[in-house]
Amino acid sequence: MIPGSFNYHAPSSLDEAIKLLEDLGEDAKILAGGHSLIPMMKLRLAEPDHLVDINGLSDLDYIREDVGVLCIGAMARESALEKSELIAEKYPILKDTSEVIADPLVRNLATVGGNIAHGDPANDHPATMVALDAEVVVRGPGGLLDSGGRTIAIDDFFRGPLMTALAENEILTEIRVPCPNGKSGAAYKKLERKVGDYAIAGAAAVLNFDGDTCSKAGIALTNVGPTPVRASEAQDALVGTSVSQDDADKAGELAAAASQPVGDHRGSEEYKRAVVKVLTSRAIMKAKERAAGGN
Amino acid sequence: MATQSITLTINGESRTAEVEDRLLLVHLIRDNCALTGTHIGCDTTHCGACTVLLDGTAVKSCTVFAVQANGREVTTIEGMEGETLHPLQEGFMEEHGLQCGFCTPGMIMSSKHLLDHNPNPTEDEIRWGISGNLCRCTGYQNIVKAVQHASNKLQETTEEGGE
Amino acid sequence: MSKCKTSPEVGGMGHSIKRKEDPRFIRGQGNYVDDVVRPGMVFMDIVRSPYAHAKIKSINTEKALAHPGVAAVITGETLKEYNLHMMPTLMSDTQMVLPIDKVCYQAQEVAAVVATDRYSAADGVELVEVEYEPLPVVVDPHKATDPDAPIIRDDKEGQENNHIFHWEAGDKGETEEIFNNADVTVKEDIYLPRIHVASIETCGCVSEFDSVTGRLTVWLTTQAPHAIRTVVALVAGHVGLQEDKIRIISPDIGGGFGGKVPVYPGYVIAIAASVVTGLPIKWIEDRRENLQADSFARDYHMTCEIAADKDGTLNGLRIKTLADHGYADAAANPSKFPAGMFSICTGSYDFKKAFVEVDGVYTNKPPGGIAYRCSFRVTEAVHAIERMVDVVADEIGMDAAEIRMNNFIPKDAFPYQSPMGWEYDSGDYHGALKLAMDKIGYDELLKEQAEKREKGELMGIGISSFTEVVGAGPSKDFDILGIKMFDSSEIRIHPTGKVIARFGTKSQGQGHETTYAQIIAEELGIPHSDVTVEEGDTDTAPYGLGTYASRSTPTAGAAAAVACRKIKDKSQKIAAHLLEVAEEDLEWEVGKFSVKGVPDKSVTIQEVAFAAYTNHPQGLEAGLEATHYYDPPNMTYPFGSYIAVVDIDPDTGEVKIRRFVAVDDCGNIINPMIVDGQIHGGLAQGVAPALFEEISYDDEGNITGGSFMEYLVPTAMEVPHFETDKTITPSPHHPLGAKGVGESPTVGAPPAIANAVVDALSHLGVRHIDIPITPEKVWRAINKQNAA
Repeated sequence: MIPGSFNYHAPSSLDEAIKLLEDLGEDAKILAGGHSLIPMMKLRLAEPDHLVDINGLSDLDYIREDVGVLCIGAMARESALEKSELIAEKYPILKDTSEVIADPLVRNLATVGGNIAHGDPANDHPATMVALDAEVVVRGPGGLLDSGGRTIAIDDFFRGPLMTALAENEILTEIRVPCPNGKSGAAYKKLERKVGDYAIAGAAAVLNFDGDTCSKAGIALTNVGPTPVRASEAQDALVGTSVSQDDADKAGELAAAASQPVGDHRGSEEYKRAVVKVLTSRAIMKAKERAAGGN
Repeated sequence: MATQSITLTINGESRTAEVEDRLLLVHLIRDNCALTGTHIGCDTTHCGACTVLLDGTAVKSCTVFAVQANGREVTTIEGMEGETLHPLQEGFMEEHGLQCGFCTPGMIMSSKHLLDHNPNPTEDEIRWGISGNLCRCTGYQNIVKAVQHASNKLQETTEEGGE
Repeated sequence: MSKCKTSPEVGGMGHSIKRKEDPRFIRGQGNYVDDVVRPGMVFMDIVRSPYAHAKIKSINTEKALAHPGVAAVITGETLKEYNLHMMPTLMSDTQMVLPIDKVCYQAQEVAAVVATDRYSAADGVELVEVEYEPLPVVVDPHKATDPDAPIIRDDKEGQENNHIFHWEAGDKGETEEIFNNADVTVKEDIYLPRIHVASIETCGCVSEFDSVTGRLTVWLTTQAPHAIRTVVALVAGHVGLQEDKIRIISPDIGGGFGGKVPVYPGYVIAIAASVVTGLPIKWIEDRRENLQADSFARDYHMTCEIAADKDGTLNGLRIKTLADHGYADAAANPSKFPAGMFSICTGSYDFKKAFVEVDGVYTNKPPGGIAYRCSFRVTEAVHAIERMVDVVADEIGMDAAEIRMNNFIPKDAFPYQSPMGWEYDSGDYHGALKLAMDKIGYDELLKEQAEKREKGELMGIGISSFTEVVGAGPSKDFDILGIKMFDSSEIRIHPTGKVIARFGTKSQGQGHETTYAQIIAEELGIPHSDVTVEEGDTDTAPYGLGTYASRSTPTAGAAAAVACRKIKDKSQKIAAHLLEVAEEDLEWEVGKFSVKGVPDKSVTIQEVAFAAYTNHPQGLEAGLEATHYYDPPNMTYPFGSYIAVVDIDPDTGEVKIRRFVAVDDCGNIINPMIVDGQIHGGLAQGVAPALFEEISYDDEGNITGGSFMEYLVPTAMEVPHFETDKTITPSPHHPLGAKGVGESPTVGAPPAIANAVVDALSHLGVRHIDIPITPEKVWRAINKQNAA
């Protein structure tokens, strides 16, 4: 219940935050929403010597569209994503995702950036972002505010459980999601034991259509591997089809085969694969429905 | 042991305290400020008994450091009543929305946030809105009724005031 | 609902009076144990074992003691000096307060750190260095009595294995006869897993010893303050703590449900530490400690059999149970009932013969078997019988409602002697089930189910028609540690007609401050708002056994009624004196004595109260008060019928409760609003184990379910909206005709849900699924049948 001691720093600018990370080195951790980190600190599973609180960086808290891209500031709260009209209208998969993260109170503080930067394959945004072919913008000591930092493609971001491409002295500042192009739809489905739990499994599906034929598919899975799992074969199998129920089920099977679930108290390996199959199929059909103008 | 001086407003009153960096906000509220209406029910950020408003937003105060509240406004259950009880407090009494009372302050604070953002919620929306708060006694049914009671009362007041 | 005898202003029985305790809670002004602050108070935190079974090689406290803020570290050796390292359990077993030689369960208390503040105490715990030598563990109770099983309680003289007790009830031979001659027999293994009360407030205490007066005061999360006081006096009497110098204060309690009945080692360590250091000591456990170390509930492995006729007449019941008690039998059962009221398992049905046997064993798990909202193992009994009745129905192809209606004990058969020796006081099982069926639209649901099955959709309807046995209990049969299970009420009326009433029970949310006031209002016509109710302070409250097992209304509520009647008798004498008539010439109408035939010649109870101090008849004692210790002549038997409707996702196994109808009968009702609240809460605590909650252990004795991450307490999203209704069948022996209700829903709900799920899958050949019915269990049941 009681965390270990640490030194608290509250920078008021991104540059200051990055400088702190550089000076303090590996003994420092970023405090954003804090709802992954602080619970671990209270169990003394994480005992950083320094916390760099970036909640003061309010200019990282935004949800806006730029040309051809949705830009989500890393400090955008999950509750903001959940309630955003722009998201509900144009990116409902992100609403699907944010509204199943933990519970409403946690979502009031938890950040989109944190959900991704933590690198936990049990978190929900990673799979969604993979399916969306998102990219993340990262700033480190080399980059000044107007130099743009570096951009990392989502497929290169997740390296392993709690391991990402972020260097020790880097901060994730923005997530960029391509705007829907033409006829497209996307959905996220999660099975959880109760509200607030991590996923038994989750599946994100993003479909692009050329007329009635699927031209591109993004399928990714939550909590069934050391990182979010991109189900490439399932994706390939959908391209060129009209995405019938059979096509969706077949893709579900391929996604299940691509997943690497571990048996634990949320379910056995066998069950989790079965859930992957079902959720993938359902996410695909929902994405198709949205592409056709449904909600 | 790293400490610092923080100043925050709790229920409209300014408070200054010298605190350890690691002090949890809930302990600042309960121990330093002797406002024991906010409760602790777990250690994994699940139960919501510690819910307070931080700058008007409902948060679990066991998962926020006191230093993060520096310069900010905290509202606890003790700050809910003005000259009269808040309609949520009345609603919980009228509709038997509490039994042992331990989860109640957290429930009321979460419900306040819910009604601030959704003044006329459906039963499903209420259940969704309080899904971060656990109760063992009531089965939630009368808590839903309590929130509905408050929602009706607040809307009446708004209508009367708004003309 | 029968018409109330009193007006709403007086607020006697039947009125939904708003609760008198609420104003402080909704303002955050409750006074729970962690709110208590004493001058000079220090904090205690506990070092716990990571191993389920291990020798303690050494405990090094040096680093901890060197940490700023740490004042002391207490070990088993420290307590042994005062002979306080062991203590009795409520079942007359023994358990360690702090170990000397070895630990017997994961999270067992090993040492305690006392420090100036919570944070330093927590740091101190991290710094205590304990060297363990792991020992082989016993986790599977079925293996506990294997010849090569390690003996867990080698500290107990004469304990040569891990067997604790063998207990039987009913008639073995005659039951066997019935089975031998039966048309139909069915058998199922039913496991009710370990669960935890998980009340939102965890356990704790503040212990303060005044070395000048020799008085010990302990604010304690307890449902039974007097029993605790006596236990402390017995355990620590040898260090000078005698019972008149011990005060236990149970302030506001954030939920009990049975989990705050046992005496936990943390309390005893804190008490010892406060006496030895002379400082007030606060100990509040955190949630993981609460889930991992405090007494659990259930953990019954039952092999159940029913013998029936071809037409579904139920004749014989046989259950063999293996009870996993953890490393000590710390169950809070009445002493003659090591398996509680398990023999109520013939339930609402008129069995001819029955036999049960229960064997309790030790394992390397936390001690217990507490009564979690189940009146001592009634959840286990009811789950077994309600599941088995459905199994018989499935075997012979009979409808679940029909088999119940055909076998219910009829209304005119009460008082009813069960084959297990219980005398059921009253019941109308047919009435309750019929009402539930009408309310849910049973026949339409059956039609809907048939249509859905054609389409491959899964929908189930489950019934549970339970009989509870509560109100422990009559002194001839019931005691805890030898203390009889009466309860008490002390009522005093002040000159201005206001009342103070104190009780031996202790509410943890049941609303006694309101309901007891309503009983007094009913009996004496004094407005409930003029009655102050107090419980929980052993210095002032009359002796009682506390609140659990739905016993308050049956025992202390009855005591209040009887005490009021004593007051009324005396009042009649005073009234006669005031009105200058003979007592026989008076008649009583709520709150008033008047002369027969001359209604304007009357005095109110308030005028009588004033006269008791100012104008009492010569020869009669002044004052107006009475105390009664009520020894119930029998238990009471609330009952009900619940019907659950579930829809199942065939691909994921997810179960959704579509509807839940609950018809309860708790006899005459004091406050309908409070009864409904108890039912909602109890139903939620029935849904929880049915679908979500379980504490389990791996082969090394490591716990799963030791935090709210894995122990899945349902939120408002998982708990359905309940449709409740009532029948009223008063208890013939209770002074108010009331029975108690708090536990009925926790007892009745799990089998209703389990029966519904099995019903949804029965056409696929599924006959039984153990709770918690997780989506994976359902998925496996479906797929196993499909593969077969």
